[in-house]
Amino acid sequence: MTVARYDLLRRALWLGRVLRSRLLQPALMLVTLVVFTLAIVTGLFGTPAGSRNFGIVFVWIVWWALLIVVLVPLFGRVWCMMCPIPAPGEWLQRRAIVRRNPGRPRTLRKRWPRRLKNMWLQNIGFLGVALFSGVILTRPSVSAVVLLAFPLIALGLSLLYENRVFCRYVCPVGGFIGLYAMMAPLELRTRDCSTCRLHRTKDCVAGNAQGYGCPWMVYPGNLDRNTYCGMCMECFKTCPKDNITLNLRPFGADLFVSKSHRLDEAYKAFIMLGCALLYSAVFLGPWGWLKSWASLESLPNWLLYAAGLLAIVLALIPGLFRLCAALSDRLAGHRAGSRFVTYAYTLVPLGLAAWIAFSLGFVFVNGSYALSVISDPFGWGWNLFGTAHMPWTPFAPQLLSFLQVGVLTGGLLFAASMTVRFAGDGMVDARRALVAGLPVIAFQLVMTLAFLWLYLG
Amino acid sequence: MRGWRWKREARLAGWLGVLALFILLLPVPAHGTLRTLHLDLDARQFEFTPPRFEVAQGDEVVIRLSASDVVHGFYLDDYGIERRVVPGVVEEIRFTADRAGKFRFRCSVSCGPMHPFMIGELVVTPNLPFFKAAGFVVLALGLLLAHRWRHLSAALSPQAEPVQGDR
Repeated sequence: MTVARYDLLRRALWLGRVLRSRLLQPALMLVTLVVFTLAIVTGLFGTPAGSRNFGIVFVWIVWWALLIVVLVPLFGRVWCMMCPIPAPGEWLQRRAIVRRNPGRPRTLRKRWPRRLKNMWLQNIGFLGVALFSGVILTRPSVSAVVLLAFPLIALGLSLLYENRVFCRYVCPVGGFIGLYAMMAPLELRTRDCSTCRLHRTKDCVAGNAQGYGCPWMVYPGNLDRNTYCGMCMECFKTCPKDNITLNLRPFGADLFVSKSHRLDEAYKAFIMLGCALLYSAVFLGPWGWLKSWASLESLPNWLLYAAGLLAIVLALIPGLFRLCAALSDRLAGHRAGSRFVTYAYTLVPLGLAAWIAFSLGFVFVNGSYALSVISDPFGWGWNLFGTAHMPWTPFAPQLLSFLQVGVLTGGLLFAASMTVRFAGDGMVDARRALVAGLPVIAFQLVMTLAFLWLYLG
Repeated sequence: MRGWRWKREARLAGWLGVLALFILLLPVPAHGTLRTLHLDLDARQFEFTPPRFEVAQGDEVVIRLSASDVVHGFYLDDYGIERRVVPGVVEEIRFTADRAGKFRFRCSVSCGPMHPFMIGELVVTPNLPFFKAAGFVVLALGLLLAHRWRHLSAALSPQAEPVQGDR
């Protein structure tokens, strides 16, 4: 099915000018780099009370909410355009910040291993952060060390490898942003693929005087999903054919690009859904023992917690889902398990909805801490803007459950619709396809009810 | 064709809205005997004991709140009740559980690293908001599947307007 698209740049010429400016990305990165540096410095030298420390409040409440509730669902990977983490490495490679420096980037030109050209490292990285999240999210100094480690790793990789290897293959945040960016109603695409095919110099890949070749190692002519496009806008600058644009399109259009369905991305969907469920239990649930296990108060208990988390996320959820997918395959007359990976993409809208619901659960309640830490980022008793003594005030707790139910229902219905479409792929009897999708839909329903029970039950 | 699809989806969205409104406005059954419940609640880093308790809607609830390590707070969502408790002093909190559902109570005084997640749960039964939400989700899914089934029936009918596959 061809999906309706609305070429934003045909209507808003000023937007094209802004996106082609070499100043745009460095300016955004500089702003976020200042905030990021402040988060690290306050984390290292500020109060150990997380709720009074800028590093914890601005990274894990303000930035997180902005990312998962607004930026990713609506604008896809737009955060990657302004992310400060790869900035030092990229600027060092290019030996320039704003202008286009001629010549190849300065690196040791190592080749990234072929077997790592996927999302598995990002999956492992995210699980690593998830295992220690009880500590990282609550201890400013630990949080600061983790935040500092990201740009250092990115810098190290940029010395070895050309382009944004860290963002594309390593960044634990980039992995799930890429997965959920498929849901966004905004995409960067070519206007006409044949123009790219016939264009010999491929400036978008090779670069030219106007800009660098795609740092994300993507060829825009083949781009059919948001997952690996970091929206750096270099291709806008380099394309001499004016063939790159930004489109508005229906939510989740990328999920139906079936030739791109992969096991590493499917597992990312399982990991994200499972972690949303576990985080909801650990951080929003009443079980003190679980919080104590997650926050590494005793090593044996934490090991139990880690084993449980990994078992649920890597074995239990994918295992149950595999059973349901196999049953759907049998009902559809396919070989059992042949569509496991494809069906796993139906968990993308559900997982995103679950993360939004979870994030709303603590952002509404703890968002007011942002007002006090902005005046006293280190927790040293400053009062820069007169808001340091603002009391903690939960925002509209009576509204929260309505929003959570609405978001989860939306995610479930989207997932169920996708399942029916996937089940019907290649089938003549469309009604049989709907019946075939029921086991997978039952899994989605059970997961949704589990979230509802955690939030309201 | 596209206009027809949009109309179909808009109709489904309309039905979902009606369903949500219906479930939201579903009358709540009146409650029988009302009681006064006394409850001891202890706060310590980073949990309340008991972590979850249930009362019936309309019950008079008397909480004797204590802290066993550092200064803690008690904030009950939706009810807006807030109290501070220091170790060795018992605070009495009295209120009528007039709203049904699950309400989180949280520590409102910064008490350590896990403070923002120091949470307990008060469930005022019957927990209709949860059952309504679960019912809404199940019915919405049923409505979606029935809608798709009907659409597919129309597509399979020989007289029907030809409907392209979705993919």
